[in-house]
Amino acid sequence: MTKPEEIDWGQLEAIIDKHRGESWALIPLLQDIQETFGYIPEESIETIAEALNLFASQVQGVISFYAGLSLKPKGKYVIKACRGTACHVKGGRSILRYMKKELGLDEGETSPDYKFTLETVACLGACFLAPAMMVNRAYFGKLSPPKVTSILAEYGKKKGED
Amino acid sequence: MGRINRDQLNEIKSRGKGIIDIRLGKTLVDGEKHLMIGGGTACHASRSEPVRDAIKKEIKKRGLSQRCKVIETGNDSFATLAPVMVIYPEGVYYVHLTPDDVDDIVSQHLIDGKLVERLLYKDATDNDKPIPRMMDIPYFSNQTLITLRNLTLIDPENIDDAIYRDAYQGAAKALIDITTEEIINQVKISGIRGRGGAGFPTGMKWQFAAQAEGDIKYVLCNADEGDPGAFMDRSVLEADPHAVLEGMIIAAKAINAHQGYIYCRAEYPLAIKRLTIAIEQARRYGLLGKDILGSGFDFDLEIYQGAGAFVCGEETALMISIEGKRGMPRPRPPFPAQEGLWKKPTVLNNVETLANIPQIILNGGQWYAAIGTERSKGTKVFALAGKVINSGLVEVPMGMPLKNIVYDIGGGIPENKQLKAVQIGGPSGGCIPSDLLDTVTDYEAITGTGAIMGSGGMVVMDEDNCMVDIARFFMEFCQEESCGKCTPCREGTKRMLEIVTKITEGRGEIDDIATLEELADMVKDSSLCGLGQTAPNPVLSTIRHFRDEYEAHIKDKRCPAHVCKALITYIIVEEKCPGCGKCKRVCPVEAITGEKKVVHKIDPEKCIKCGACIASCKFDAIEVV
Repeated sequence: MTKPEEIDWGQLEAIIDKHRGESWALIPLLQDIQETFGYIPEESIETIAEALNLFASQVQGVISFYAGLSLKPKGKYVIKACRGTACHVKGGRSILRYMKKELGLDEGETSPDYKFTLETVACLGACFLAPAMMVNRAYFGKLSPPKVTSILAEYGKKKGED
Repeated sequence: MGRINRDQLNEIKSRGKGIIDIRLGKTLVDGEKHLMIGGGTACHASRSEPVRDAIKKEIKKRGLSQRCKVIETGNDSFATLAPVMVIYPEGVYYVHLTPDDVDDIVSQHLIDGKLVERLLYKDATDNDKPIPRMMDIPYFSNQTLITLRNLTLIDPENIDDAIYRDAYQGAAKALIDITTEEIINQVKISGIRGRGGAGFPTGMKWQFAAQAEGDIKYVLCNADEGDPGAFMDRSVLEADPHAVLEGMIIAAKAINAHQGYIYCRAEYPLAIKRLTIAIEQARRYGLLGKDILGSGFDFDLEIYQGAGAFVCGEETALMISIEGKRGMPRPRPPFPAQEGLWKKPTVLNNVETLANIPQIILNGGQWYAAIGTERSKGTKVFALAGKVINSGLVEVPMGMPLKNIVYDIGGGIPENKQLKAVQIGGPSGGCIPSDLLDTVTDYEAITGTGAIMGSGGMVVMDEDNCMVDIARFFMEFCQEESCGKCTPCREGTKRMLEIVTKITEGRGEIDDIATLEELADMVKDSSLCGLGQTAPNPVLSTIRHFRDEYEAHIKDKRCPAHVCKALITYIIVEEKCPGCGKCKRVCPVEAITGEKKVVHKIDPEKCIKCGACIASCKFDAIEVV
């Protein structure tokens, strides 16, 4: 994931250029930017709108509507705690409370060093692993507080360090 | 091979007969073995890939490559046991595999011909008796596989494997042998209803779109599986993507469309990868594109990735989202069959529905209609999860009692707990209490209990689950996912959530139940789309079947299941606590105090009720009251 000051504006322009004039391609374009940079820099909204013949408000509206698009940069490790039904009935909420304390982050927050972002998702579809979470693309299941601690330690989070 | 015609399709199919026979356990060719290792998301999440690589390496090292083939399937049906492997022709099923088990499998099973007993499935309901063959395991023997028929039999990334198992035979018949009227007629006779949840008859949907005027029409596949607790569609896409593509080709022929889209959740990377491969391979064979199988019919399709909005599972919202806008539902009529994507006549079907179509065309509507109940035909795939021993995908004929699914297939409730309810239909559904467990899987029968069939999520709950908390959980989900277009849904769900939350916090008043019911009726009656119309269901069904739990929270300020955070306290039982200090160390908020070898105490003001201390205590000294 990229920190805000490291955005390669040339690369961003190239992504926008690929879809110039295709107003229907707004979502794939935004997904492209999100995938490349980990978020959509707010400064790019005007440029996107111009390229696709849309109002900036339309672009902003789409970004804010979809959970998969974000205007905020994310951490190197994005933790997605599952809030699905199966996880919920197996104590997922308690695990989330524990995770928040361990990370010192609330839902949707990123640590100041851009190492961790804590998110919740409606369902990871990994109900057999409940309670479950993902760290970037890796799944972790059958979570308990000690297991959460050891997983976070793998990613370089030491206890007591915020 | 490049583009193929029908004869060449049949040629490929007959070439594969020997291969499929081995996997069906029919013949033994020179001791040839096929090791089908599960490779769906469940298996990958349980680290199946290192096992796959290790076994390939070991087989090569021992010079067995000629006789033993390792194939990765999309199978993650019995997800609790992942990673799994089936060895054909004997059909032996090995579970919970790690790379360390590979040596035993190769030397004992493949070379010496002996079972590796420690890796077999053990039946917990029968004194842990090992059951070697997959089809003898009750979890599988009680299922009827139509949608999931290829789960353990094909490599989803190899189109030839799919063709060996009849892929594109239904499409060939639809494109070459029969008329579009006959296609629609067979789908109507089959009685199949939309598996996405609403249960609208698929044949009628196709007929409306076929009759609609217009040169340009679209076929869409809804793979935006959003219900929490549901992963059926993902598994179908991961295990048998060609069945879905073929279903779309047949739908396209039926309504005369030439372009299709698969709208798939971006959260399903493996499904998207396998679909992408399947589409490329189908194009190479000319099974997508111009003049499919030499029939003169053109059809192609693209994948469109969802951007994370639950409401986009609603058909009009999905189409608006493909057009690049905020996916908010619009009023119907006009129905998509008249005016859908880009205002053109459009058919939208769910993944599971489409995966059934090829076999309906191939075997005839009558064949399909023979399975199921009077009004619900065929089979239904459920994602069984929650407080149940065997968790995973189950496909059963319509009409099977829920009891049989939970106990015969699911193996019952762990730790001898009592079943409290089965939640069906996700946020649109409801909780069916234990005394109604004879209810059969039939659209109307399930609706009669206050739940809905839905897309197939089935979450089992036991005595430790609080039904008011479950209602709050779903209300919160619907509230967050409400797109905000209709005031009753946007504001009504918010008010309902506030009231339910208040009840779970012990601040409820007895009139709240009536207020919830009144709000629920209003939201149901005056919302535009299915999300709002069904959002109150979880609250209504829990009030209907578990009113006593609501009353306990309201009148006695008590959560009978000890779940609701505000109504419970963590305490340390003095007689059991040896003062080992473990809980004190794991507590993330330093709520626990006590000297070494002295009984510890929990400060209720600081305690966040995360359960870390309970998980760490070896003496069961911490209780929730």
